[in-house]
Amino acid sequence: MEITKNKTYWKGLEELSNDTEFVKNASNEFPEYLPINQNNNGESEDYLTHRRDFLKMVGFGVAAVSLAACETPVKKAIPYLNKPEDIDPSIPNYYASTYAEAGDYASILVKTKDGRPIKIEGNKLSSLTEGTLGAKVQASILNLYDTTRLASPTRKGKEASWSEIDAEIVSRLKAMSAAGEGIRMVTNSILSPSVKQAIAEFKAAYPGSEQVCYDAISISGLLDANNSNFGIRAVPHYDFSKAEAVVTLDADFLGTWIAPEMYSRQFSKTRKLGKDKKTMSRLFAFESILSTTGASADHRTAIKPSQLGGAAIALYNEIAKGTGNATLSGGADVKLIKEAAQDMLAARGKSIVVCGSNDQRIQLLINQINQMLGNYGTTIDLTRASYFRQGNDQSVKQLVADLKSGAVKGLIFYNCNPAYDSAFASEFSSAVSKLKLSVSISDRTDETAGLCEFVCPDHHYLESWSDAEPVKGFLSLGQPTISPIFKTRQALESLLKWSGSTADADDYIKSVWQKNYFTQQSAYLTFTEFWNATLHDGVFTYSTQESPAFTAVDLNSAASGIAASYKSSNQLEYRLYEKIAIGDGRYANNPWLQEMPDPISKACWDNYAAISKSTALGLGLKDGDMVNVSVSGKEALELPVLVQPGQPTGVVAIALGYGRTAAGKCGNQIGKNAYPLLRVEADGVVVNYGVVAELKASGNNRALAQTQTHHTIMGRAIVQESTLKEYKQDPKAGRFYPKVATYEGAKKPVEISLWDEYQRKNHNWGMVIDLNSCTGCGACTIACQVENNVPVVGRQEVINRREMHWIRIDRYYSSDANENDLKGLEEASENPEVVFQPLMCQHCNHAPCETVCPVLATTHSSEGLNQMTYNRCIGTRYCANNCPYKVRRFNWFKYHNNVQFADVNTAMNNDLGKMVLNPDVTVRSRGVMEKCTFCVQRIQEGKLTAKKEKRRPVDGEINTACASSCPSEAIVFGDLNDPKSKVAQLLSMEYYEDGSKAAKEDRAYHVLEEINVQPNVYYLTKIRNKKA
Amino acid sequence: MTDHSIKRTLDLKFVRLLPAIALLLFSLSSATAQDTAQAAPPAEATASAAVAPSADGIPADEAVITSGRALYENNCTQCHAFNEVVVGPALKDAHTRWKLNNMISFIRYPQKYIETSRDKYAQGLYAQYKQYMPNHDFLSEAEVLSLVAYIKAESVKPAAAPDKIAGPPIFPPPTKDSGVSNELVSLIFAILIFVLFVFLVILVFLINILKRFIENKEGVPDDEKALVDQKFDLAAFFKSSFFRTSVTVIALLFISKVAFDSIINIGIQQGYSPKQPIAFSHKLHAGEYQIDCNYCHTGAKKGKAAVIPSANVCMNCHNAIKPESPEIKKIYAAIEKDQPIEWVRIHNLPDHAYFNHAQHVTVGGLECQNCHGQIQEMEVVQQYSPLTMGWCINCHRETAVNAENNAYYDKMVSLHKTVSKQPMKVKDIGGLECAKCHY
Repeated sequence: MEITKNKTYWKGLEELSNDTEFVKNASNEFPEYLPINQNNNGESEDYLTHRRDFLKMVGFGVAAVSLAACETPVKKAIPYLNKPEDIDPSIPNYYASTYAEAGDYASILVKTKDGRPIKIEGNKLSSLTEGTLGAKVQASILNLYDTTRLASPTRKGKEASWSEIDAEIVSRLKAMSAAGEGIRMVTNSILSPSVKQAIAEFKAAYPGSEQVCYDAISISGLLDANNSNFGIRAVPHYDFSKAEAVVTLDADFLGTWIAPEMYSRQFSKTRKLGKDKKTMSRLFAFESILSTTGASADHRTAIKPSQLGGAAIALYNEIAKGTGNATLSGGADVKLIKEAAQDMLAARGKSIVVCGSNDQRIQLLINQINQMLGNYGTTIDLTRASYFRQGNDQSVKQLVADLKSGAVKGLIFYNCNPAYDSAFASEFSSAVSKLKLSVSISDRTDETAGLCEFVCPDHHYLESWSDAEPVKGFLSLGQPTISPIFKTRQALESLLKWSGSTADADDYIKSVWQKNYFTQQSAYLTFTEFWNATLHDGVFTYSTQESPAFTAVDLNSAASGIAASYKSSNQLEYRLYEKIAIGDGRYANNPWLQEMPDPISKACWDNYAAISKSTALGLGLKDGDMVNVSVSGKEALELPVLVQPGQPTGVVAIALGYGRTAAGKCGNQIGKNAYPLLRVEADGVVVNYGVVAELKASGNNRALAQTQTHHTIMGRAIVQESTLKEYKQDPKAGRFYPKVATYEGAKKPVEISLWDEYQRKNHNWGMVIDLNSCTGCGACTIACQVENNVPVVGRQEVINRREMHWIRIDRYYSSDANENDLKGLEEASENPEVVFQPLMCQHCNHAPCETVCPVLATTHSSEGLNQMTYNRCIGTRYCANNCPYKVRRFNWFKYHNNVQFADVNTAMNNDLGKMVLNPDVTVRSRGVMEKCTFCVQRIQEGKLTAKKEKRRPVDGEINTACASSCPSEAIVFGDLNDPKSKVAQLLSMEYYEDGSKAAKEDRAYHVLEEINVQPNVYYLTKIRNKKA
Repeated sequence: MTDHSIKRTLDLKFVRLLPAIALLLFSLSSATAQDTAQAAPPAEATASAAVAPSADGIPADEAVITSGRALYENNCTQCHAFNEVVVGPALKDAHTRWKLNNMISFIRYPQKYIETSRDKYAQGLYAQYKQYMPNHDFLSEAEVLSLVAYIKAESVKPAAAPDKIAGPPIFPPPTKDSGVSNELVSLIFAILIFVLFVFLVILVFLINILKRFIENKEGVPDDEKALVDQKFDLAAFFKSSFFRTSVTVIALLFISKVAFDSIINIGIQQGYSPKQPIAFSHKLHAGEYQIDCNYCHTGAKKGKAAVIPSANVCMNCHNAIKPESPEIKKIYAAIEKDQPIEWVRIHNLPDHAYFNHAQHVTVGGLECQNCHGQIQEMEVVQQYSPLTMGWCINCHRETAVNAENNAYYDKMVSLHKTVSKQPMKVKDIGGLECAKCHY
């Protein structure tokens, strides 16, 4: 059928009537005359700017602008007006100080340059931490330069003066104390003896005030158990370096539990192998998530959180049988418990059992196990109680009840954020507004401070005087390394002020030390000498005599209680855990930590629901599917799914510390807040697991930012591993010696090369990485990021595979598949073995990247460094394509002074953030390649120091950021040409008369040896201490 | 066209080209003549100095020599050695190259001497080393004489080092490692030019013979004879496409060179001497009063930055000296207002280049003047060196490492000696590698 046009449309009456004017202009674009050539006054075209004039003006303008731009800008050089004696511009100063936040502790050295702290190193003088520090401590320096910090105290959200606020707070405190209304100071664990004393003085000044201490990740049960057994509510001092057999029940002591860096260092000492040491400790892990500890374990069993009680009783019974003690009723049949117990019994007095449960009853069992094994006094030091965690669940529960009843009318939040990170977050949130006095000492308007009337921001710890006693007898001092950036005031001073004292923080700490610790030593005669020496060293130790005795507790009731609470079921359970980088969420606004990949999942910028492969298959879920995790009585959380090998079936693991709403621009709304899922049991104990009512796909999808998505090594010899038994028989066990087919027959790759050999006469920088020690903790990644001005790129760019980290830690799972089953090899086992392999530029002596650069922007130095010259690079990316290790990073964007990255790359996008940049390292621009330089700035600096002193550099003097930060000493850096260096000794270097040398250590290998690029980075095979 | 006429046109072209070739040859030979003229005087000086008598009033007294030795060690070793060029020339046999009086005046007032005396040898030294030796007017004439005595005593001593053959040193000392000396190159040039010139004369001679032959020959057509007699037509030459093309090409090359130079010079601030907020005179402080550079620039020996002194350093002296001067009052004002003095930065390196003063001053033992010029004579400081990468690299190529008594370099020096007889230069130990300055 033909469509006939039966309607006519007119634009107007003119068209209908066919006006002559209309007909005349019908074909013109504009029917009427448009005055486009007139100026504003309606004058004629003669006065107008012609096209040519316009072009002339444009031309002149462009020329003028470019001429002006050509002129070099005048730069100012502004010297000090009165130069402090010890400060020389461009020469770094190191100050010993202390990191102690919410019970986490490190003795540190702060590197300051031109008056600003730029890097934190471990303080090797500390016999406690031995110079270890983790990713969080490394990154904490950026918090100092966080624009989210409050610039002055506030009252009801408005800026106020200190004097005004102090007057108001003191008058209200006095009135409330007089009226008998309760005042509570809510704190996290406090390590500072001075602050503890100040709190005591505060309590004395205001009767009716009390301190309530909680930990976001509570170990209240362990503390209570120790209180029952020893009469001390503290963690005993574990020494993993003395342990031959270690069993962990859901305690991630190498990653997040209590003092992980310290434990890592101790534990790593038992994992080193060499010519003279052929023994290793053996670690059994029973855990409900795949943690770094489980990944480092020799044997691992995945258990559901509800099986933990049964596993503890089973272990107890095995040990009790072995030591001739009475067994308890109950106990689950958990794989490998018997084997673990055998090990422990064989190593009595040289073993440790630790447990991450917050259940006092389980911890009582664990204490008894350690007692039966005779571990107290050997691997567990009772004279050295540690105070890393002091929180008390019961007292928080009591406080919440008091707030409800109205018995408490005033709250002071001392550097804590319970409206976000406690099990009672909603109770705190609703209670604060009804209080007569609410004060927060937080450095920013966080979730809790936002509710408070007064916010009295604390200094950053690098601006403060501080002290800490993390373990009895081990003290350290902290000193300010920069004068306060904002109008903030140290929390200790605020407390003192409100208690009516006018002392400064340093005077106060001095007085405390003079009274308590000066008397504990005899090396110094005057206090000033003692103080100066301690301040210089940063640490002070004294011996303690007290040795609390073990009091046995009846465990039958505990066992029956456990049996009642921990029943195995087929229900889906959830388990909350902390990630190494984000922890409890305190540093959520730190982009370095947000972008640090999780050691296991390699995901960043998110939390997620980690489930096992079989759970995922059963529910029809795959990576990236959004699911609603519903728990009865709680709001459902919508999270993306991450299928996690090694995750126990039927358990959803969710990380805490995400979903902040008032952390700052970078950290807000990253992931979902899982704290509401913390359960509080009837006795007040906070429990980090529970039953999932429903796990249902929401239909949405969210890509996860993962830096590594393939899981296994597909049978390649990238990681070479063996077992201790085989290693003892043959040190070459697990080694792969590739051969290359040539026309002359099979040859060693070293015998065939495209490149000419050349000598490295002066230095030959090299690195040895012990796969046996690496726990994947990621401290090196952050240390490198701080040292080398590595930009943060944000979630989307990580998804686009454009992360910039110079050192990545590859994580490989083992596979159950047959060697020839390529498809199957891609799948990780249900309970895989895990290997971590830190990978940075291998500084190949026969570097493939150098050959392909068309502009010689990457070249080789006579010291074995593969040099990257940014100002020469034109960004062809040939080098990255030709790099067999994929360690080169391309600047796809200008990450500094770029609005697009202002919220994620804060260290390069605002004046304050830029203070953290290392002035000795260029900030790279868009379009250039970059990569690990072996910290060439440190090499140059170390060499210069040696030259100035007319000597050779001493081994250890020149160290890369990654090696110096490694808690387990897995990365060792040094001069391969120096026979006395640690690297040369680890590699058993042999030197020949023609100037060549060879690594004779049987465990040492190069990654991808078959391509003979001759890297300067050596790896030592992974050896597992498998039970035969 | 016949073969005959082709030949003829070739001939004609050659005739036209003759003046151009002559011009070229002339310019070449004159340039070489200038070269030899420049090179000649020092050679003469060497020759005459070599035959100068040795008994020349230089004392041989042991005590004098010992005192000279002390003076030498305190004042000279930073820049001089006996057998090798350090900053200044090798001193072995230096006394034979000078008249004694001239030498003494030169040592005491080197710059004045070079500028006023018209001593070719001294001027040659300056031309070669491009810097003046600092004044040694704090030494008396007798002291300088003892110094010379020590130099002589040390020079005539039988050579301890077997690799050095005694004999008059050649001046200027060879600066190139290529093995081919400048003299040899100029000699080859001279021979070439001479051969070409002879060739030209023969050609002209031949042309004349041929011309005469054609003129005398019967039966040559007139038009062809006219060609032979043709005078060189200048106008036609200027109009020829050959001339135009070559002029255009030369002009284009010249313009591109100028453009390239000016573009590459963007950002080079050599000679930059901005007005400073306080009219501080280095000439007065460093020159006249001889205040040690390190007194104010405390960082130069310690680290990366030489450091502009803080106001309290100025006040060490100026709280007593000339407090009423308007310039000094500016410092007082800055201190009172608690506002630091904003000097205009003169030496600006790009951000991607790392430079460390201590490496060059403390380790390398360089004088400030090496890079900053005669700072002690500058009323207003100006940037003396171009601070370009080429300039840095060049120095790293030429400068010998100050390895003496520095255990850091011991092994490197011994290894270097096994492969080369030249002193160990910065470039020999990786001084040209990118990551020495760029990271």
